[in-house]
Amino acid sequence: MTQPLLEVEDLNVWFDLPNGGQLHAVQGVSFAVPTGARLGMVGESGCGKTTTILALMGLLPPTASVSGRVLFDGVDVLEGGEETVAPYRWKDISMIFQGAMNAFDPVKRIGEQIVEPMELHGSASGREAAARVRELLETVGIPPERAKSYPHELSGGMRQRAAIAMALACSPRVLLADEPTTALDVMVQAQILELLMYLSNELGLALVFVTHDLPIVAQTCTHAAVMYAGKIVEQGPIDDLYHGARHPYTRLLWAATPDLESRDDVVSIPGVPPRLDVELRGCPFAARCDMTAERCTVERPELQVVGDGHVSACHFATTLEVVA
Amino acid sequence: MSAAAVNGGPLLEVEDLVVRYRVPRGLSGAILRRPERFVHAVSAVSLAVRRGEMVALVGESGCGKTTTAQAILRLVQADSGSVRFDDTEVTTLPSDELRRLRRRMQIIYQDPYESLDPRFRVSETVSEPLVIHGVGSRAERRHAVAHALERVGLAPAELFVDRFPHELSGGQRQRVAIAASLVLEPDLLVADEPVSMLDVSVRAGILAILDGLRDRGLAVLMITHDLSTAARFADRICVMYLGRIVEEGPAREVIESPRHPYTQALLSVVPRRDPRRRVEPQILRGETPNPIDVPSGCRFHPRCPLFASGEAARLGIEERCRSDDLALHDVAPEHRAACHAL
Repeated sequence: MTQPLLEVEDLNVWFDLPNGGQLHAVQGVSFAVPTGARLGMVGESGCGKTTTILALMGLLPPTASVSGRVLFDGVDVLEGGEETVAPYRWKDISMIFQGAMNAFDPVKRIGEQIVEPMELHGSASGREAAARVRELLETVGIPPERAKSYPHELSGGMRQRAAIAMALACSPRVLLADEPTTALDVMVQAQILELLMYLSNELGLALVFVTHDLPIVAQTCTHAAVMYAGKIVEQGPIDDLYHGARHPYTRLLWAATPDLESRDDVVSIPGVPPRLDVELRGCPFAARCDMTAERCTVERPELQVVGDGHVSACHFATTLEVVA
Repeated sequence: MSAAAVNGGPLLEVEDLVVRYRVPRGLSGAILRRPERFVHAVSAVSLAVRRGEMVALVGESGCGKTTTAQAILRLVQADSGSVRFDDTEVTTLPSDELRRLRRRMQIIYQDPYESLDPRFRVSETVSEPLVIHGVGSRAERRHAVAHALERVGLAPAELFVDRFPHELSGGQRQRVAIAASLVLEPDLLVADEPVSMLDVSVRAGILAILDGLRDRGLAVLMITHDLSTAARFADRICVMYLGRIVEEGPAREVIESPRHPYTQALLSVVPRRDPRRRVEPQILRGETPNPIDVPSGCRFHPRCPLFASGEAARLGIEERCRSDDLALHDVAPEHRAACHAL
């Protein structure tokens, strides 16, 4: 494995609650993404996926406190707070927000909006910036003359492409994408995924995909991290996570996902994730798990190595029967 | 017993349904007497749903699947064509009779966060249809509400009746919406994207409820853009493109041997669960044309891979694709498609 471009070490995020309490949204998350790798972060709503990537960009609201290290090319970008992260944001590490295609300013032309991150970082201006906008639009498959269009003149798929162009404006090396295809139709989704794969393969971008859609991760990512109640509970190469899952939650997530070609029963996962504003005892998944033992309710499982680059936080990770 | 139940015909039969919306011309358009233009939302759609059957209407946004459902329930008025529900023509029914018929056809919507009134307790939401239709005494209604809640897995009902929507999870809210649609004991349930707003962990539970209702003889028309869900739960699948059904047949057969080039392309881009399973995606370029200016001939021809690859020319059908509109025709028993190449 090559030197990871992006490394996250023991990331924690707490939110202050109005009642004086704290919500521990991200609990000791660590992962690494090498150049050209694509990591899918999956899990139910509220498990901390989006909070994690917003923390990497230093974009959490003031009610949040963050600890841990985020290394870009070996340099800790979060060390000095806003001061150290700002030079990296959009320039080296960029992001496509959830619903980005609906977040354009409706009264400004698309081209003017794509220029903004370049002006912010002083990387280009004037004629040079305009040329860069045309180049970016071509890269994402939009006819360059559409730079003059207003957002409402573009379809949803085109606006999502424009959001990707904007994220690429300063030639980042890491791209974080939060549910980049969620509101799109399956054919437009295929077009956007094809574009993201192209960017990863041709430009060597390291991609982090946040999504609740496991088949997308299965078909586009090299690695996956499964989050549950603020923690990564299993992580590894995507093939191992599907064919050799070592955490009951991962297995249930797959089983809850219908597949076009499978006649397997689709299961639901009973119960709801635990509250994150109180201290947890034992395994956070114990209450919903299909194989709980005494130990699970008292002792918190730590991530343990179960294969090459494959870790799982289950007491029974190494003894779980291998399915599939 | 009703006629349809006796002769075993479909409970719902839609034939050549057409729904158009007039595009506002604006003042200048009216003064200049510009020709009127229409959004052709649904163009000659025919489909049938039998008792105890789940039919999935699939397609991309804007293909007309929701408008089709709305016209079936007469929430929008059809321009032409017929909708027969248990041998009663719905499109021309006088309003008092329509009101009575509506008890037997119910709809659930995509977003359980929006479809429930936040000021209503669960018991009020679920009993409201009974109140509107003047069904039962107070005690009977209470009993019917409890029964409906338990049918959708909200048991014991006493735990849920006094709650407000904000005290429920997304999955529980959708269950309440289904209970409210079941309380009148309908024969047909239209489910418009019933799980697309829900977390994957609770989707299966909702789909299992719909599945179970079908087993009890309810007819279910499910509208969805999710082909994997349709493949797993529906008995038959109708694929819509630009206001038309382009392929229709038994679910497994449509998924395993799709005949229409649009269905084939659509299925090829559905991500599979197994990372080792790779399918060469046939990505259609551009976007579905605007339903105001529907292409001539086969409406799919400007994006059709057969047309673009020259295959249509080789088959000598290019001219027909361009100029002859066509209806569904049999390609296998119970399986129909609308393509000149078939």
